[in-house]
Amino acid sequence: MSGEEFVPLSLTPILIGTFAAIACALPGNFLLLRRQALIGDAISHVVLPGIVVAFLLTGAISAWPMMLGAAGASVVAVILIEAIRRLGRIEPGAAMGVVFTTMFAGGVLLLEQTDTSNVHLDVEHALYGNLESLIWLDAVGWSSLLDAQALAHLPVELPRIAATLVCVAMFIGVFWRALKISTFDEGFARTMGIRVNALGMALVIVAAIAAVAAFDAVGSIIVIAMFICPPAAARMMTNRLEAQVAWSIVFATISAVVGYVLAGYGPLWLGAFDAVSAAGMIATVSGIILALAAKFGPCRSRTGAPMTA
Amino acid sequence: MVLELASNMGRVPEAPDLAESPLSIRGLTVTYGQKPAVFSVDMTVEPGKMTAIIGPNGAGKSTTLKAALGIVPHVSGQVQVFGKPIDTQRARIAYVPQRASVDWDFPTRVIDVVLMGVYRELGLLGRLRGRHKAKAMDCLNRVGMREFAERQIGQLSGGQQQRVFLARALAQDADLYLLDEPFAGVDAATEKAIISVLKSLRAEGKTVVVVHHDLATVTDYFENVFLINTRKVAEGPVTQAFTAETLQTAYGGRLATAQVDQLAQAVG
Amino acid sequence: MVYEALTLQLGYNATLVAIGATLLGISAGVTGTFLFLRKRALVSDAVSHATLPGVCLAFLLMAALGGDGRDLIGLLLGSALSAGIGLWCLNWLTRNTRLAEDAAIGAVLSVFFGFGVVLLTVIQTLGIGKQAGLEGFLLGSTAGMLWEDAVIIAGGGMATLMLILLLRRPMILVAFDAEYAAAQGISVSRVDMMMMGLVMAVTVVGLKIVGLILIVALLIIPAVTARFWTERSEYVVLLAGLSGGLAAYLGAALSATAPNLPTGPIIVLMSFALFALSLFFAPNRGVLAAVMRHIRFQRRVHLRQGLLALAQSQPIYEKLTLRLLRRAGFVRPDGVATEAGRARAAKALRDEKRWEIVRADQTHEAAAALYDGLREIETVMTKDQIAEIDRRIGAPSEVLA
Repeated sequence: MSGEEFVPLSLTPILIGTFAAIACALPGNFLLLRRQALIGDAISHVVLPGIVVAFLLTGAISAWPMMLGAAGASVVAVILIEAIRRLGRIEPGAAMGVVFTTMFAGGVLLLEQTDTSNVHLDVEHALYGNLESLIWLDAVGWSSLLDAQALAHLPVELPRIAATLVCVAMFIGVFWRALKISTFDEGFARTMGIRVNALGMALVIVAAIAAVAAFDAVGSIIVIAMFICPPAAARMMTNRLEAQVAWSIVFATISAVVGYVLAGYGPLWLGAFDAVSAAGMIATVSGIILALAAKFGPCRSRTGAPMTA
Repeated sequence: MVLELASNMGRVPEAPDLAESPLSIRGLTVTYGQKPAVFSVDMTVEPGKMTAIIGPNGAGKSTTLKAALGIVPHVSGQVQVFGKPIDTQRARIAYVPQRASVDWDFPTRVIDVVLMGVYRELGLLGRLRGRHKAKAMDCLNRVGMREFAERQIGQLSGGQQQRVFLARALAQDADLYLLDEPFAGVDAATEKAIISVLKSLRAEGKTVVVVHHDLATVTDYFENVFLINTRKVAEGPVTQAFTAETLQTAYGGRLATAQVDQLAQAVG
Repeated sequence: MVYEALTLQLGYNATLVAIGATLLGISAGVTGTFLFLRKRALVSDAVSHATLPGVCLAFLLMAALGGDGRDLIGLLLGSALSAGIGLWCLNWLTRNTRLAEDAAIGAVLSVFFGFGVVLLTVIQTLGIGKQAGLEGFLLGSTAGMLWEDAVIIAGGGMATLMLILLLRRPMILVAFDAEYAAAQGISVSRVDMMMMGLVMAVTVVGLKIVGLILIVALLIIPAVTARFWTERSEYVVLLAGLSGGLAAYLGAALSATAPNLPTGPIIVLMSFALFALSLFFAPNRGVLAAVMRHIRFQRRVHLRQGLLALAQSQPIYEKLTLRLLRRAGFVRPDGVATEAGRARAAKALRDEKRWEIVRADQTHEAAAALYDGLREIETVMTKDQIAEIDRRIGAPSEVLA
């Protein structure tokens, strides 16, 4: 495929998809090990009410208020889950189920009640995103990567998700040891003076930020899938946390690139004309990777943990 | 006698100077739900000694330790470490949790776990250097686990896991070592290895506090005991505090008379 | 309008939908209780999301065979099939790999849903055109529902409820105590399968009304709501059915009153309202009750500690203790014990010593087991027993004999 076609039409969506996938997979590793994998699921559901409320407050579709709204909704959801779990003495799964379904329902209802006829805001968009539409029309080929004028018209989602990825990576990098200890041995972490609860909340907030930025570009399916599938597949490949995180980045990247290519060009190869949902395809590819890892990964089965039973 | 005992169980009449005690607890009460697990407990650990916390199952042994360290919240009470608030003294404390408290399926190697002991020294971004690794290997060596350094932690036996935990505590270079049931469910070789390490720590002037469940070994291993059954029953040197009466009080009906007699004989 | 809706006077369809929703709500509440008691509430989330590819494939298949792709029975069969496959994947992952159930749930739900979305876009691009109905399965839509569809839903709700009534005994046994059930000769894995089968049935029937994203709320929220009100399993099941049915009925009826009140979300919000009421106001497990209890308890602890300290003339460190003692009239503002305070303190100390005797004495083991540091000794011992203990305190040599 020529640069003239690839750069404007496929390069930016692939990059955005990849960055979003990695930004979600990074915190996903820790959520997985903390048995909080479904926090990602909860967050991706409550993003909808967050952006709807932001839209109602500002009356416009603009990125920052919506991201703030979504991040705020995530924090509210996490606090509610924790409150219901503690106050009602309810197991975390059920508490989560109560909160995210209710908030999602509230979001849908608000959306239905709001006149959004002249803006692009609907539930389907929230679910699948529109990765395919994030094209770079000003590009004419690979040379545009050096062309300041063309670069000025990159889809705004690209720098945004790239910045998010940098923030997420920095958080994980800076707090790597603290995260590792408090995930492995919370009691020990406390005796070392690590603020375990605050760190746990920070992790969830970072995950929420990743989810919100990714959601803005690619929809919530990818978000859930990327929080869980690449880290889960990576867990089957290695017994070292460092390696697990590296594998998860690899898997996230493969899912995003292969998923996008299959969605965009697969149907053409099969003789159909139109592309299918890239977001859905990326999630599907991540699932296939997980299935392969679960079947053949060298560290797929539990190692003896006699006392944890 | 009983009257004396009863007033003893409340408080230590002449507590040693608090400023010198590596760990002093005043009026600690911890509850799980509506039931006190630990009620109004005072404890003053003597420096440079090995102290056993003993008592029947569910008597609040581990809870006392965890609440003192802030791992579980307490309803009331004050804790001082080396005479200062605990948060200023974290670097001087090494804690060895119960083995069951962590996820042994966690993706990490033995050496990585021991290196967690130096994380505090490193801070957030400090680089892990060769000397840290050398120290970690040295600590593993002290507990006889050097050759397991590269293993995934889930592949170890229970006793080996316990020794790794101890090695991590050693890597912390602390002054006060707090161990929660380190001998529970471990093999004889591990028990021996652990106790010899603890004795060498004491020889270096460190203070060791162990939550312990095996009454038969108390006199062999420890100089001081702290007997608890929700409340403090007795505290002090083994010869004075670990007696038939105190045991009877702590264990009540749960200890057969024959057992008490036997222990009383062992105590002398 | 609302009154008409609640009394089912908005026409045949609305009535049927309301009845179907109510039956569905009851079934979901009851089924969800079993899941909740087995601590697997979110498995239903995976099951419901896993229906999407089945719905789409069934549509494609029926369209390819030249039929009407929107035939509800066909779509529901397809959804059941793919939900079953999703469930199988979930079980396989948790059994054969190191993944915990929560990760397996997330993996299954996101991948199946993602694949379903791919298929949805395939259907769109094939230009079959009549696919509009499929999107309704995401959030449920009862507007403009066909008469036959409404009948199917009402019938499905009824059938599911019947099934639950038949299977309730073994399911309750397993949810409470799987080991005991196994000892009774009940196959736990088979009951678990039946439970999941019911979850699938509820999900499939609910697809059209609440949609696959929100059906999980119907399975989880009523059970959690009911748990606040009772400690007995049979009642949890009953109450969950009741609150699920009520929420579904109110939601379905209300949503029929206006075009932009989608059924699914309204039902979920109704359900949540019942939950929130229970969370705060339930008599025993509710938040208000718990807060009151905790405050009272904390005061008792502090008061008792304070009295003991007074009795042994030790300094009191905690401010709360001092305040409580002052308020009870046990100490003067300057911290010195009053007459009443000294008397109570002496009693507290004496009780301590009595307890000491009781707990050291094997013949009082049952009473000693009730000791928690706060309990008044009069509540576990008779007057004579206490007198006996007091004698022993006076004559200590007897104890050691």
